Amino acid sequence: MAASSPRNPPPLPGAENQDPLSEMADEDSDEGEDIFVGNSNPVAESFQPDTANGEEPADLFSEEETSTAVNSSITTFKSNGVHSDNENDLFAEVSVELSMENPSTTTKTSGAEFTPSLTLSATQPRSMEQLEEEKDEDSFDMDVAVTNPEKIGDGMNAYMAYKVSTRTTLPMFRNRTFSVWRRFSDFLGLYEKLSVKHSLNGCIIPPPPEKSVVGMTKVKVGKEDSSSADFVERRRAALERYLQRVVCHPSLLQDPDVREFLERDELPRAVGTHTLSGAGFLKMINRASDAVSKLTIKISYSDAWFDNKLQEVESEDLQLRKLHAVVDSLVNHRKELCGNTAVFAKSMAMLGNSEDNTALSRALSQLAEVEDKMETLHQEQAASDFFILAELLADYIRLLGAVRGCFEQRMKTWQRWQEAQSTLQKKREVEAKLLWANKPDKLQQAKEEITEWEGKVTQYERDFDRISVTVRKEFLRFEKEKSKDFKSQIVKYLESLLQSQQRLVMFWEAFLPEAKAIA
Amino acid sequence: MRQEERNGGCFQKIAIIARLAAQHDDLQPCCTFITMTSTLDDSEKEKARSVSVDLNNDASLLIDIPDALCERDKVKFTVHTKTTLSSFQKPDFSVPRQHEDFIWLHDTLVETEDYAGLIIPPAPPKPDFESPREKMHKLGEGEATMTKEEYTKMKQELEAEYLAVFKKTVQVHEVFLQRLSSHPILSKDRNFQIFLEYDQDLSVRRKNAKETFGSFFKNMVKSADEVIISGIKEVDDFFEQEKTFLLDYSSKIKDSTARAEKMTRSHKNVADDYIHISATLNSLSVDDNTALKKHLEKFADLFEKLRKVEGRVASDEELKLTELLRYYMLDIQAAKDLLYRRARALADYENSNKALDKARLKSKDITQAEEHQQQCLQKFDKLSESGKRELTSFKGRRVVAFRKNLIEMAELEIKHAKNNMALLQGCIELLKSN
Repeated sequence: MAASSPRNPPPLPGAENQDPLSEMADEDSDEGEDIFVGNSNPVAESFQPDTANGEEPADLFSEEETSTAVNSSITTFKSNGVHSDNENDLFAEVSVELSMENPSTTTKTSGAEFTPSLTLSATQPRSMEQLEEEKDEDSFDMDVAVTNPEKIGDGMNAYMAYKVSTRTTLPMFRNRTFSVWRRFSDFLGLYEKLSVKHSLNGCIIPPPPEKSVVGMTKVKVGKEDSSSADFVERRRAALERYLQRVVCHPSLLQDPDVREFLERDELPRAVGTHTLSGAGFLKMINRASDAVSKLTIKISYSDAWFDNKLQEVESEDLQLRKLHAVVDSLVNHRKELCGNTAVFAKSMAMLGNSEDNTALSRALSQLAEVEDKMETLHQEQAASDFFILAELLADYIRLLGAVRGCFEQRMKTWQRWQEAQSTLQKKREVEAKLLWANKPDKLQQAKEEITEWEGKVTQYERDFDRISVTVRKEFLRFEKEKSKDFKSQIVKYLESLLQSQQRLVMFWEAFLPEAKAIA
Repeated sequence: MRQEERNGGCFQKIAIIARLAAQHDDLQPCCTFITMTSTLDDSEKEKARSVSVDLNNDASLLIDIPDALCERDKVKFTVHTKTTLSSFQKPDFSVPRQHEDFIWLHDTLVETEDYAGLIIPPAPPKPDFESPREKMHKLGEGEATMTKEEYTKMKQELEAEYLAVFKKTVQVHEVFLQRLSSHPILSKDRNFQIFLEYDQDLSVRRKNAKETFGSFFKNMVKSADEVIISGIKEVDDFFEQEKTFLLDYSSKIKDSTARAEKMTRSHKNVADDYIHISATLNSLSVDDNTALKKHLEKFADLFEKLRKVEGRVASDEELKLTELLRYYMLDIQAAKDLLYRRARALADYENSNKALDKARLKSKDITQAEEHQQQCLQKFDKLSESGKRELTSFKGRRVVAFRKNLIEMAELEIKHAKNNMALLQGCIELLKSN
């Protein structure tokens, strides 16, 4: 029986939890699906969905190759897991499975099928409560930063390299602090890998910043102006936020690709991230076909919670876009104000020069200086507006897109289940017909097919339940993160506004005696 | 059609507001500058805010514009006079006047030879509602994309802007009259009296077509003047200095006025953006059901308050800085005009000298030439003398006005910034404590 591992904060000595692993050292990993089917009975009973955070599995990721199948231990799990430890281990199983895929499998597709082998019932009210009560123990001791953008190479083959530094006490990493150099396509590559592996589970995978052919071309060509400096800074900050979100996510943090990204010195060039590559083209086609299939899904399955949430997401998306547009306009107007103030300051200085009353002349020159300082203030404020507010909104617009993707994924899973059911029905009809027509050999085949499809139906149903749970959990986590994020950014923004007003007061208070000195 | 109706209605409302606001200010004898910035404190009534100071102090002739009505493009001012002078028929009376009447008065004063040695107060600029009108139009077009609340707020903001333009134009016309009434010579002008008293439409006295021609000629003459004035050999140090100074200063202040205008307009745009941000944040918070809801509400509320302050900052800047610069830009033009007239008189005198020499040579019409020369000299001396006086007092006036407005602007900026700070700090604390 799995060791009763209590819910622990991340840094657990790895040794303690080796036991569950060793117990699993029996079966072959590749037989995931069959094993599941074979053991459908014990497993069929409803499991508690896991409510554990990712804290535990962290320690499981010691370097040992855990290439053994996990599934045997599933059979030993008691159903209706009342004990929270079961859930933890269950979760551990999920993560461990994922890690096993990487070294053992070369194609990515197997990973996708592997994971659905664990199913959980989504409908136990108790589990929902536990989900929602989940305490915010996301205090992983983990910090990532993206700094020092450097231009490597020249001309059209040039690229920007960014230093990715990690500081952590998590034992799954080799060192406590380390850094590597990555380029933008590496980040995109990471996203692709994570996306393929986890999006089918209903995970909300943080999207990376967008590609920008124009922006990058300017940088490549070596245009040393403020707009390309802005672009690089914007990208650097966006990459940092992206990574921070990835490592904050409990299941994504466990992914070895993430670890590799952070730790490994040389990363193989990510293919398929070129805008105009073959893979990119394929992606476009896939997306198009997805869109078509979306239209054909008839949402006759209605779950109030999911429907409501999806609607909320849609309207939130609209509002965020609107807000982003307005903040953009604010940034532009402030930049305009900045420019106009600078020009005014100059003309004031000239006026001061030609003024013949000495005291007034001095005061006008001082006014020109104050306005000059105001220009700097406005510029800094515009930068705040942009980097704090506008980028926050842009990030969340993209994230909401990822959330929508999750919901869609769930619908696809539902659809697959429905289709399997209708196929099963057809097979049954065929069987009935054969029975009547009395054709024994064909009957045998029909019976086999029925069994096969019955299995599929059950599996797909479980898939759907499981993904529903995950999506729900992910969504709640997302909302919590969003609240935190927004709140902290809003406070940061207000503090920057406050600071600029304070300096404003200083400037004008310095000017006042000059004005009073006019005689 | 609807748009115009709305505009009309808006104007009417402004007229009522303006009337009420003006009545409030009517209680005091000293010149008042109806400003957006004056909070409705009673203490504010004490402070005279004017680009031009020391006006309306003489109780023998008190003028103000207590009321004004705006119809479509035309603004009708009610000019109210209170006087103890016997030259007027009544001690207390009011007449309706249009902007064109003011221009007529100004032009007749300029054309009066006797006043050639005076700085004629610049004519008030034409009421310009173009900017808010354009904004109103845009607002009408964009109505569909906004929430009802947002639209109402924008409309309010726009109405406030209309009101500001309105107040500004009333004030500028008022100051014009008050400068006349406080000038020892100009206040006695016959046309000025007619302007104040004549209870019927002045348009019969206005020469419309001739006026437009006249102004065209005037501009031509002016550019010729510039040539004369720069070419002439100046005999008097004072005037030489003044000329150099005024020519240079005039172009600089023109430039500054334009830049200041642009700057304050940008400031207004920023304040307007705050409205949209506040409204969208509100919509977001309404739909939100998480802990974020409260934060968004507070944030939205804060932006609403901030934009009011920013709006005040923008309009204060406009009144204290842009309008100050604009007024003195015009005043300096008037001073330059005085110089031109004097330069022309000098040129006339020099020509008359030449004519006299010629006459002496030809021994023909000597007395005539001598008389003419004497006249020119007298005129020139008179202009020089009064010109010197006027220019000196102008300098003093200008310095005082700049001082006053710059101090006030600095004080207001500080006040508003401290206001902003208090609002921001309050909100930050609220957010952090949650």
